[in-house]
Amino acid sequence: MSTNMLKKYWKTNLKYLAILLSIWFVVSYGFGILLVDELNTIRLGGFKLGFWFAQQGSMYVFVILIFVYIRLMNALDKKYNLDD
Amino acid sequence: MTLQTWTWILVGITFALYIGIAIWSRASSTKEFYIAGGGVSPLANGLATAADWMSAASFISMAGIISFNGYDGSVYLMGWTGGYVLLALLLAPYLRKFGKFTVPDFIGDRYYSNTARSVAVFCALLVSFTYVAGQMRGVGLVFSRFLEVDINTGVIIGMIIVLFYAVLGGMKGITYTQVAQYCVLIFAFMVPAIFISIQMTGNPIPQLGFGGMDENGVYLLDKLDGLHRDLGFAAYTSGSKSTLDVFFITAALMVGTAGLPHVIVRFFTVKKVSDARKSAGWALLFITVLYTAAPALAVFTRTNLIETVSNQKYDELPSWFNNWEHTGLISFEDKNNDGKIQYVGDAAKNELTVDRDIMVLATPEIAHLPNWVIALVAAGGLAAALSTAAGLLLVISASVSHDLIKKMIKPDISEKGELIAARLSAIVAVCVAGYFGINPPDFVAATVALAFGLAAASFFPAIILGIFSKKMNKEGAIAGMLVGILLMLFYMTKFKFDWFGGGTKEDWWFGISPEGFGTVAMMANFVVSIIISKFTPNPPEEVQEIVENIRIPSNVGIAQNH
Repeated sequence: MSTNMLKKYWKTNLKYLAILLSIWFVVSYGFGILLVDELNTIRLGGFKLGFWFAQQGSMYVFVILIFVYIRLMNALDKKYNLDD
Repeated sequence: MTLQTWTWILVGITFALYIGIAIWSRASSTKEFYIAGGGVSPLANGLATAADWMSAASFISMAGIISFNGYDGSVYLMGWTGGYVLLALLLAPYLRKFGKFTVPDFIGDRYYSNTARSVAVFCALLVSFTYVAGQMRGVGLVFSRFLEVDINTGVIIGMIIVLFYAVLGGMKGITYTQVAQYCVLIFAFMVPAIFISIQMTGNPIPQLGFGGMDENGVYLLDKLDGLHRDLGFAAYTSGSKSTLDVFFITAALMVGTAGLPHVIVRFFTVKKVSDARKSAGWALLFITVLYTAAPALAVFTRTNLIETVSNQKYDELPSWFNNWEHTGLISFEDKNNDGKIQYVGDAAKNELTVDRDIMVLATPEIAHLPNWVIALVAAGGLAAALSTAAGLLLVISASVSHDLIKKMIKPDISEKGELIAARLSAIVAVCVAGYFGINPPDFVAATVALAFGLAAASFFPAIILGIFSKKMNKEGAIAGMLVGILLMLFYMTKFKFDWFGGGTKEDWWFGISPEGFGTVAMMANFVVSIIISKFTPNPPEEVQEIVENIRIPSNVGIAQNH
């Protein structure tokens, strides 16, 4: 494996991290905390939306984010022949 | 059958199970003792991590805290789950690739310095001891309420059980008992939650019943907001903490979670890097089952409590009220002598005090559930407390036998000698934990926040920089960790124990509470580390190669191949 290839592999990994962590930030700190009052004017059935993100939605998204990361990285490892 | 009989039966069966597993999975090498031999499957590790993580606080206290704080309780929900995203994406895979036994191992090797290692050992011990005292206390509480033994006897029974499987089995024994403990605790938490969700909303899934309607077609959350408004409490769905403080507390809990040694070390037990990622995913999934049900349970019990007691005649209250009055966790003082309970937001007129821990433990009784369900909750609370205690004890014993003795004091110790040292330090650690369980220092509650703050302020930046910045050197990392810890200790002791002149809420820096200050201390650590490392020599070539190497999942190291 050349140094160049490894650099590319690492760069792609960092790109995935940046995208996934942005979503992580937006659903919890964004929707659940900073924008909670604005979102609370919208309703999701019996929930105010901001409250729902803070006590339910953000956690579901966290789980999905990790499983998406697992899939992305498994594919990336395979592409670069780095799967262990 | 009576509640007592049920409780003895269920607690007896689960304890027999834990001991059976311990005998079956004895550790015979240090590798087995510290990291279960390194061959745990991702699914089993996910289950074990979930049990390891969810402590007496998650099981017994969290739903109650949310119940009394409404929206403000969200900090625990987001904080204690969001940290797993950081763990899975930023730490677990790389630490697994690094492939040692403990967190101080990583810090010491990556920063090529025994000073760094010592600072890490100090933090690991401080964080873990703080935590474990609370667990032993939880064990004692459950025993005393449900089995009516003395609280101290309860602590001692708990100590013996943990001693048995932690000392005998090490990480291997702990891992497989934790798998069993997760099953017990999640079943024990969900059964009453499902029952009560059906009772109140007709929906068997608490997470959905949470947003459901009562029999009159009113949304439960709207009804609760209305009750709160009428009684003069703050609205349930909007909090009373400042947005900035909620932000900082959530961040401190998330980052602290990702920096806790007993959680990180679980990722050393799997076979390969991709398994470390997978087990973080499983762990969060299993944790989320309880964490999304807890706020639902909080709303059900809150509504139930208010409707059952508010403005009711004291003499006509159901029997659970009296049962819990005996424990002192709920109390009524008839201030206006009308024989009725005024439960209101105005402290001068309020006549009812309810301890938050009661909410989960008393739920089955308040909802008239059968005795076996109540007994199940007791067994679940014990599973949660014991599994976390065991994980923490292992971190403590490994810090002493591996990081201190093997790596610093006596490097030529034999494998057998180190294993004996590990078992001895586990025994000592259990005894110290038991002592604190029986004689809890009054600062236990205050120091739980400190444990998260310390983990956030010390380990998290040092590990992240160690992985993501090749140029981070020992001078930067050590200075950063020290600044982080000291700043956190200063702020905490100033506002919690009144040291350094003390201070009140008005004196908080930028209005940030001590619980949220871990975030500030963490940022200070990052800044100091980066600045110092710019003015001091780069780390040696071979250390930079370690960093290259941990970034690649397979064993195809860059060193041999380019």
